[in-house]
Amino acid sequence: MSAATTDPRGGLSDFFYRHSGLLTLALLLPPLLWIGIVYLGSLFALLLQSFYSLDEFSGLVVHEFTLTTYGHLFTASNLTIILRTAVMAAVVTMASAILAFPIAYYAARYAKGGWKALFYLAVMMPLWSSYLVKVYAWKLILAKEGIITWMAEKLHIGWLLDALLAVPVIGGSSLSFSYIGTFIVFVYIWLPYMILPTQAALERVPKNFIEASADLGASPRQTFRTVILPLALPGVIAGSIFTFSLTLGDYIIPQIVGNSRPFIGTAVYALQGTAGDIPLAAAFTVVPVVIMGFYLTIARRMGAFDAL
Amino acid sequence: MPAAVSFQHVSRHFGQVKAVDDVSLDIARGEFFAMLGPSGSGKTTCLRLIAGFEQPTSGHIEIFGETAEGLPPYKRNVNTVFQDYALFPHMTVGENVAYGLMIKGVSRPEREAKALDALAMVKLRGFEQRRPSQLSGGQRQRVALARALVNQPKVLLLDEPLGALDLKLREQMQEELKALQKQLGITFVFVTHDQGEALSMANRVAIFNDGRIVQAGSPADVYERPRSRFVADFVGSSNVLPPDFAAAHGGTRAWTSLRPEKIRIVSPDEALPSGQFGIMGRVASVNYQGAMTRVAVDANGTRIAAALPAGLTAIQEGETVTLAWSADNLVAMDAA
Repeated sequence: MSAATTDPRGGLSDFFYRHSGLLTLALLLPPLLWIGIVYLGSLFALLLQSFYSLDEFSGLVVHEFTLTTYGHLFTASNLTIILRTAVMAAVVTMASAILAFPIAYYAARYAKGGWKALFYLAVMMPLWSSYLVKVYAWKLILAKEGIITWMAEKLHIGWLLDALLAVPVIGGSSLSFSYIGTFIVFVYIWLPYMILPTQAALERVPKNFIEASADLGASPRQTFRTVILPLALPGVIAGSIFTFSLTLGDYIIPQIVGNSRPFIGTAVYALQGTAGDIPLAAAFTVVPVVIMGFYLTIARRMGAFDAL
Repeated sequence: MPAAVSFQHVSRHFGQVKAVDDVSLDIARGEFFAMLGPSGSGKTTCLRLIAGFEQPTSGHIEIFGETAEGLPPYKRNVNTVFQDYALFPHMTVGENVAYGLMIKGVSRPEREAKALDALAMVKLRGFEQRRPSQLSGGQRQRVALARALVNQPKVLLLDEPLGALDLKLREQMQEELKALQKQLGITFVFVTHDQGEALSMANRVAIFNDGRIVQAGSPADVYERPRSRFVADFVGSSNVLPPDFAAAHGGTRAWTSLRPEKIRIVSPDEALPSGQFGIMGRVASVNYQGAMTRVAVDANGTRIAAALPAGLTAIQEGETVTLAWSADNLVAMDAA
């Protein structure tokens, strides 16, 4: 008899076999500590900060519970920031969904073998390069001296670009100094996060659902509306959670591309830095959390997570 | 009156693969027609050609006298019960059944009433608010059936519809399908690899192999008179006797099929009755199967299987026995 079997009750594996609850605990403890202390802890600290206020005279944080900081959110200028960010996030999300769907549909239903690999590569590759590099690259592309203006001139549609830039609010001196530019860059940067979940959802729609629908008399258009779209919706919602929340929180793109009007992210960045108003910065950070909370509740009501 | 479904020299090739190869067949109105064959034999492709999911590479298909080539599935008055049912998971059972009617633009109260009737027909009344995921396999199968039948198709196509069910349920559904077909008078075209199912349910069976129909006829006909070794083997089990052996034991000089249940065992002291032929051999194995006992006998190097009614004989392995059959149980076949 070998040494290992002389003690039939020895060994760590045997111990865990008999106490499977302890194994679960041992496996879960590190991630639980991480999510509990580092992750939720810092969120809680943030929430706590938002209930403090800044002494306007001394510029010091007053560690007393108050709602005055939240009250500051409702001043006209701060409400504008929130509205601007939410509208941008919503428009970026809708545009991403519209752009992503056909791409995801092609990849899920028609691309095979090498084409599928190419699709994944094309969608994922932009994620491998630095975010900042991509944003600065876009600044150059969108600039007055950039390739878009140049191409528009060559194609004799410079007037179209000028007309676009002349539109009030969203226009500007050039694409890279307008909301249109900010919007384009947001859509470019977040698009993969919309394509991938949409594609995954479409992939899960079995081919014979489409055949069954046709068999029951539905034209391709009807099948798309009544079968494919409802079944892909959870994926689109999942993608929109990414595009929406990432846009709500981003503070770099609006600083580099756009007309320098503040978004929530840039406001937080300025408040916690130069202004030193940590409580208001914290209160601002709570806004996207609340907006996302509402958004997820509505999405859940719509059954977006039924298929998960 | 044109046939319900008519194939004239229909082929469907996928690259080099001839999934369906020059198939001609006529399915009569009101017939319960089974397409039987091993997987990859072309039977499912034939069904998909009728449904319109596939287009023939060559040949001509008619459904109730109308040319079917080029007609998309949604313009054919044919409905399918899919192998894995393909119920829409985002709809209730009632919505699933009413789907075809909704697409046709039938008003909500009318299609709901019709869906309820269809569900009642498959004994699932009261399930209309459930989701397909809340149903058992047998129930889903019934929903798929109701969803197809509610459209009153001219031809109902069933693609291995009972394949996923357990034995008891399958036997029950076989009965119900048969009764339903009789009651509705709709032409049923049924694809299966289960020969027992095909024999028990269909009026007529077509046996497929390698994209071709190798034999078609009534269940009794294909079972009793297999025309080829493939059919003899695939439909039930059979002893395929070589020409010389057959000629020496009551048959003609041709490859010959002898069904195991047609063989009797005669005790050594008993004389063979007139008109009977037999051979002595050693029992190689005895396989008790409840209703019958299968015995394999080694007769001068030829292995012969016999199926004996249960409880009739207590035969031991290694014993020497005489197998007997009458000449008309020997069925000469065209090809080996």
